[in-house]
Amino acid sequence: MAEYALKVRRFQPESGEGPYWETFDVDLDPTLSVLDGLLQAKDRDDGSLSVRCSCRAAICGSCGVRINGQSALACKTQIGEAMEHANRNNGERAGGARTNGSQSEPIVVEPMGNMPVIKDLVTDMEATHWKKIRRVTPWLLPEGDPPEREYLVPPESMIDITQSMACIQCGACVSACLSMEADPDFIGPAALAKAYRFVGDPRDAETTERLHDLANDPHGIYDCTHCFSCIDACPKGVAPMDQIMRLRRAAGAEGIDDANNGHRHEDAFASIIEKKGTLDEAELLQETYAPGVKGKLMPRPSAIKGLVESIPTAVRGIGTGKMRSLPKLIPGIHPKLPGDSQEQVRRIYAHTEEHSIELNLYIKGEEAEGDAPVEEGAAVPERAVGPEPDEGEAPTGDTGPEADTSKGPQGTEHGQADPGPPESGRPGPGGAA
Amino acid sequence: MPDHDVLVIGAGLAGQRAALAAAEDGVSVGIISKVHPVRSHSNAAQGGINAALNPGDSWESHAFDTVKGSDYLGDQDAIEIMTREAPEEILHLEHLGVTFHRNEEGKLGTRAFGGASAARTYYVADITGQAIMHVLYEQLMKYSDEVARYEEYFTTALAIDDDGECVGAVCRNVRDGAMELFSAKSVILATGGNGQAWQPTTNALICTGDGIAMAYRVGAKLMDMEMIQYHPTTLAGKGFLITEGARGEGAHLLNAKGERFMERYAPNKMELASRDVVSRAEQTEIDEGRGFPDGTVALDITVVPRKRIHEALREIVLVGRDFAGVDITREPIHIKPGNHYTMGGIKTDVWGRTDVPGLYAAGEVACVSVHGGNRLGANSLLDTLIFGRRSGEDAAERAKGRESARTTQAILDNEEAMVAEVIAREKGSGRRVSEIRKELGQTMDKYAAVFRDQAGLEQGLEVVRRLKEEAESCYIDDRGTVFNQDVLGAIELGFMLDNAEATCVAAIHRTESRGAQFRTDFPERNDGEWLKHIDLAKNGTGPEISYSEVTMTQWEPQERTY
Ligand SMILES: Cc1cc2nc3c(=O)[nH]c(=O)nc-3n(C[C@H](O)[C@H](O)[C@H](O)COP(=O)(O)OP(=O)(O)OC[C@H]3O[C@@H](n4cnc5c(N)ncnc54)[C@H](O)[C@@H]3O)c2cc1C
Ligand code: SF4
Ligand code: SF4
Ligand code: FES
Repeated sequence: MAEYALKVRRFQPESGEGPYWETFDVDLDPTLSVLDGLLQAKDRDDGSLSVRCSCRAAICGSCGVRINGQSALACKTQIGEAMEHANRNNGERAGGARTNGSQSEPIVVEPMGNMPVIKDLVTDMEATHWKKIRRVTPWLLPEGDPPEREYLVPPESMIDITQSMACIQCGACVSACLSMEADPDFIGPAALAKAYRFVGDPRDAETTERLHDLANDPHGIYDCTHCFSCIDACPKGVAPMDQIMRLRRAAGAEGIDDANNGHRHEDAFASIIEKKGTLDEAELLQETYAPGVKGKLMPRPSAIKGLVESIPTAVRGIGTGKMRSLPKLIPGIHPKLPGDSQEQVRRIYAHTEEHSIELNLYIKGEEAEGDAPVEEGAAVPERAVGPEPDEGEAPTGDTGPEADTSKGPQGTEHGQADPGPPESGRPGPGGAA
Repeated sequence: MPDHDVLVIGAGLAGQRAALAAAEDGVSVGIISKVHPVRSHSNAAQGGINAALNPGDSWESHAFDTVKGSDYLGDQDAIEIMTREAPEEILHLEHLGVTFHRNEEGKLGTRAFGGASAARTYYVADITGQAIMHVLYEQLMKYSDEVARYEEYFTTALAIDDDGECVGAVCRNVRDGAMELFSAKSVILATGGNGQAWQPTTNALICTGDGIAMAYRVGAKLMDMEMIQYHPTTLAGKGFLITEGARGEGAHLLNAKGERFMERYAPNKMELASRDVVSRAEQTEIDEGRGFPDGTVALDITVVPRKRIHEALREIVLVGRDFAGVDITREPIHIKPGNHYTMGGIKTDVWGRTDVPGLYAAGEVACVSVHGGNRLGANSLLDTLIFGRRSGEDAAERAKGRESARTTQAILDNEEAMVAEVIAREKGSGRRVSEIRKELGQTMDKYAAVFRDQAGLEQGLEVVRRLKEEAESCYIDDRGTVFNQDVLGAIELGFMLDNAEATCVAAIHRTESRGAQFRTDFPERNDGEWLKHIDLAKNGTGPEISYSEVTMTQWEPQERTY
């Protein structure tokens, strides 16, 4: 048993007042969850504290919230870890040194972002999440009558789409999505992952139509900025961004022209990491719109428009702490990786090229190497590693003090009044990538 | 006032399947759920769903396993229907888009499950229930013209007309607190089980036996309420389930001395004996001091190849890691028997019809009975789908020939007054809902668990009846209308207490040991006297007991060994 303080962002719609913070003291075993803590507060202190929950086991997808600024399931976040996280955040803000004793930082719990709040931690998923799910025609469209027995399909294809099938529609990715914040009409990570479940399904007969639809929608697959937030947030290893990248590759393979330059953005991203090991934001813009022209901006005319349009995004990136500093936008001053790290990054690329299989959550395992490659306690690769590198291999190098760009509670755009940060301040959104 | 031909209450697998079947029959359907449909508890089913679909398998074999598993209390006509129709249903789901596991040839692949004589469990990794439910929900979205969805509507009572027919229900819109009267020509209850009346349980917080209590309150009979399944592999404390799929893949059960103790209890089937058998074996080991100090035994999954674990048991890798801090691919995990499944429920025929005209029940809320004294793993999803579909079809047929139902305002007024009264209770006037709920759960887990006896059960019943009285004056904090979960909790508490009372009464009455009911004071099965169902009907304040025959077709009771 240990004591914890849960600082909950509350909103009682009938009170006529705006949101406010309330701290509940709870005591429970550190291995129990933040949800257990909330339910203890509800049972003991205030039954009007509202939070959706049912399974307590990360299966039903009810309890999406933000804990210390991170979108997550309350039932899957151990309360002891959440407190350590809160302490660490506070320590970082204070310049590295822990300012106070161990068990004293409140765990900050807020409703999910990018969604209107109904009451306390309960958000309106219908208005944001479900509408978008329905946007992608979320049912199988097979051709003609079904066969007498089952459809015969390659076993790998079922394993492949079972990753998106594992989605529990919790909305954590939607809450964390940066593009969604900038463009509320973005179809979004969960709905696009759902779309891949049909595009990747050999039984579906409308693959081409689906891809055209998602590619031509200005809020579709090319609206994703590759920020990894959804991958970090997802409690089920669905890796929505990877599903979006699969959709993009499938669209590319269909010869669909990418009106928004997203496909090139992806290629540029990959080639910069290969070259430099870390992401050089300045060169990313440049490479996206004018690939291969070193030092000079010589974009195609159509790309100039895109480049200009991305300036607000870049500025916004600085504001939210996602793009860490202005100097990073100036080409040529990107830091190099130390030692032979760059060589290693290249080797990763070479390796992925050679073994270009899509690793999947329901992975069959690499036949030849047996059980060996998965080491280090983490029993299962939580995330699919597509041909493009993920942040595991490509640290951003953002470790300077400017990384601490903290920001008030999000989601104010959607009619929630902003109660302001809690007294202790609030961590910025999770680090870039 | 919403008015439908068929109103389905509950949107788990049984409810969604019923709604689709009715919609395909061309009637107007409304489906109600107190949580968003995909949050329903059916998504917890990890292991899979049974069907004799392989060329080498037969429905007779599946049926016999089910009959034997039920300890001969299952009705054999219903079991025959379920097992015969199973292959067709699996194929139907596959055609709708369920991503069932495939073998190398691209055909549906199977795994082994407890109590089964063939590997006939079809699965989607270990998210079978979730995958099927999400695909059914896809279909509901597709049929949105035919099926109106009322998501986050809580049903508080059934509406009965002057002729005693069920003509609708009263629901509270959780989002704004409005009480609404729904009218319908046929009503299908698909509200799931009552596991939350026990603590700990593998069941979700919403599994509070609402439908069982609501049907009982309007005069429907309940059946086999003493039959509560304890699952052999749950985590101590929170009660999380480790799927039977783990044992199906070859995991061992070990006591603290490292012995594979199932050798002594079920030398042939070992870990894959029926659940009641395995749970009793574990509890015996624990009670006789061969368990671990935390009151558990160990499940050793490390004997399963790691690659296979990752492929087929990923969800429990995560459960072990996130909720027990154990890497199940490297070390055994501590488990014990825990409350899991409601075999009993509202008594129905093979079309889901209850004793109340116009009222149907399907899924865990119902008792057809295909599970009898003990449910086999992976037979419950099948039950929900087969009898969900059949109820949907029959309810639609019934509705077609009828005029619009006539509901009365009185029932709505009643329910509004009930809610207002709960909300108005003065703070501190009685006990908190959460306190009573906790005491109930502990009481049931103590007296109505793996091993039972007269004295304990009577003690349990006494506590439950006291709690019922206390619940009359329990108070809540939330006085609001929007998302008032507090008042819903108080109503659920009342439902759970009715369920618990029924279980205690029936368990006291059945003076023999059969299936999940093991009486230490009557340790033998007694076919002469007890090869029959116990039915309960509400009479005044308590349940009145009667009996019904077990339907036999081709399988005579035999001694049950594994
Ligand atoms: C952890 C776990 C694992 C399992 N694994 C398997 C397995 O591998 N194979 C298998 O065959 N079975 C398994 N089972 C059993 C199986 O999952 C359930 O028996 C089955 O899913 C029940 O389905 P249902 O449709 O009857 O009810 P549920 O899925 O529980 O749905 C009940 C519905 O009713 C609604 N509802 C309830 N009360 C109200 C109310 N008052 N007003 C409005 N709506 C209401 C709920 O919102 C919900 O939509 C498992 C069970 C558990 C707990
Ligand atoms: S990677 Fe794309 S979809 Fe995912 S959070 Fe970032 S912008 Fe949103
Ligand atoms: S993709 Fe992951 S985070 Fe997003 S809704 Fe699905 S389960 Fe939740
Ligand atoms: S309570 Fe079901 S996901 Fe958290």
